[in-house]
Amino acid sequence: MPELDMKKRTINFSEAIREGLDQAMEKDARVILIGEGVPDPKAIFNTTAGLLDKYGKRRVFDMPLAENGMTGICIGAALGGMRPVMVHQRIDFAILAMDQLINNAAKWHYMFDGKATVPLVVRMIVGRGWGQGPQHSQSLQAMFAQIPGLKVIMPTTPRDAKGMLISAIEDENPVLFIEHRWLHPIKGTVPEDYYQIPLDQAEILHTGTDITIAAFSYMAYEALSAAKALASMGISVEVLNMRSVRPLDIDSVLDSVRKTGRLIVADTASRAGSIAGELISQVVENAFDALKACPVRIASPDHPAPTSQYMTEKYYPGPNTVADAVVKLIGADINPIDYANLLATLRSDRPHDVPNNKYSGPF
Amino acid sequence: MQQMQPARLFKSMLRIRRIEEALADRYAEQEMRCPMHLCIGQEAIAVGVCAALHPTDRVFSNHRAHGHYLAKGGNLNAMLAELYGRATGCCGGRGGSMHLIDLDVGFMGSTPIVGGTVPLAVGSAWASSLKQSDQVTVVFFGDGCFEEGVVHESLNFAALHKLPVLFVCENNDFSVYTRRNERQPDRPIYRLAEAHGMAAFSGNGNDVEEVLNISSEAIDNARLGRGPQFIEFRTYRWREHCGPNFDDDLNYRSTQEIESGMGDCPIASHAAELTLKDASFSRDIEKYEDEIRQEIAAAFEFALSSKKPTSEDACGKVYA
Ligand SMILES: Cc1ncc(C[n+]2csc(CCOP(=O)(O)OP(=O)(O)O)c2C)c(N)n1
Repeated sequence: MPELDMKKRTINFSEAIREGLDQAMEKDARVILIGEGVPDPKAIFNTTAGLLDKYGKRRVFDMPLAENGMTGICIGAALGGMRPVMVHQRIDFAILAMDQLINNAAKWHYMFDGKATVPLVVRMIVGRGWGQGPQHSQSLQAMFAQIPGLKVIMPTTPRDAKGMLISAIEDENPVLFIEHRWLHPIKGTVPEDYYQIPLDQAEILHTGTDITIAAFSYMAYEALSAAKALASMGISVEVLNMRSVRPLDIDSVLDSVRKTGRLIVADTASRAGSIAGELISQVVENAFDALKACPVRIASPDHPAPTSQYMTEKYYPGPNTVADAVVKLIGADINPIDYANLLATLRSDRPHDVPNNKYSGPF
Repeated sequence: MQQMQPARLFKSMLRIRRIEEALADRYAEQEMRCPMHLCIGQEAIAVGVCAALHPTDRVFSNHRAHGHYLAKGGNLNAMLAELYGRATGCCGGRGGSMHLIDLDVGFMGSTPIVGGTVPLAVGSAWASSLKQSDQVTVVFFGDGCFEEGVVHESLNFAALHKLPVLFVCENNDFSVYTRRNERQPDRPIYRLAEAHGMAAFSGNGNDVEEVLNISSEAIDNARLGRGPQFIEFRTYRWREHCGPNFDDDLNYRSTQEIESGMGDCPIASHAAELTLKDASFSRDIEKYEDEIRQEIAAAFEFALSSKKPTSEDACGKVYA
């Protein structure tokens, strides 16, 4: 990661979003913030805290439970010269707005020959853990990413969160900003300044030469833990934080695969029709000759997420799933004792359905 | 219509209250690992409406479903086991608190996407009407839900086809922590339903006898082919939106408001009324408390000793 010549300190993903919103609203009076719970005491997992006080009721507001209608209203406001940022506490609620997002937001610029633009940002949160279950934990990025005209991003680090949110707000297009709930408490270095991270560029989180893992959202952290542990066994893993789902930064993946010859894609969604599948087909189309082994998808199984804690234990892939896949794909002589030690290192002592030991639900 | 004895109405409310209090007490043990929305304070609506239904009538509900499920006769053991994520739960662990079902008693299902079940109830009533059965379908939802477009699409269709459906809006003034006056202009919810072309009522949702009387009239109307019916009941949610605790610390409502809300307790006021009519009723209350305590203890025992499903159990049932 290139060192930015800026003041930096460590904050978590939620705070990074809050700061990004704050600075974007400060800079541009056209930015307005709308969503169920935006000004409430919990402030969307603290990502909108204090903004009502600072920017007032005309720019920061709650909304009726009317996802589709309010999306259309925000599209209209964007056409009318505002830059709305809409928030859904669960991505599952955004499904109610599919009509406006797909038929209007995504098509407006194209169907009117580029005469108008829809600078709209929609934040959607992917839930997980503590019984979020079949209707509160879907990872629907591929479904949205199928639609030309929408940009779909999945920032991973706190630095991504702020920089990509600012870019999304400045972008002239509808951008769906998909946050994984388990990223919110993760800390990282974030510049204090107003800065942008492009919406179409992956970043290398860990360099390596034996295998490439292209990872989306929270899976990038799981892949990173696996990569660090695998290094102790002499396996050199390159981890890409993909950051965008549409457009996909295929060039970064191709570069890495040409170096390593092997590819694993780690997705937060269920397998069939996933963006992991799309990424692999593009790599096979463009760099078949560079591949030493068949690419592998790491994803959730093709059934909805159950609620019961006993049934979710294996639903979400973790760092050991990643490590397993790497070892299998490399297929070199791996000492079974080393491998057992590695899996032991990756095993966690916290319950499997919370992001860290501070959580006691419900959330 | 099967009129319930006032004492049975009382016991049914008390039972729901005690069950939810027991859930709240045990939630901190971290064994029920799912979001849970308690209806403490709102019991009279579930009990009064369900008391006016036939066993074969159908009910749909939402995220705050415990009271509706229990009042319709849903199996307590299966509900608790579901909250504990056990294989014996009413969804085998797939659902948790927000997804309850008990088809044996006509409880058709509850889900947490706000508004999601409202058209399903209309469809269910449509099926009854196509089959010329005399079933009525009820759907419970909140004042927040009334903002969803799908609700208005459903009201329109139900009115157009004069379907035997009862819409019950539980108006507790809040959608999570947002007050109704920040989400809706100042006009009565039920009058909008009326404008869609159906009979609409409003009433005190904390008075179980009033709830029963209004619902009985509405359900009779629906059963007799007079088309969809709508009732808005005023009530108050005592605890936090999601979770077992009181949430006074969040300061989105004043202590005074909470106190006055809790002062209007549907169970206490019904007890007072019944005791006034018959002084010996206070002894009956003791008896009910005892029976309920034993039933709850047995249900927790059942749930906690039930088999735990595994990840392998999670995969089936995607297709019939
Ligand atoms: C479509 C959708 N949007 C938002 C939510 C988040 N949410 C869950 S319950 C709730 C409030 C619903 O309020 P109301 O309908 O009045 O019911 P109450 O909780 O007061 O019983 C909200 C906004 C959701 N579950 N589904």
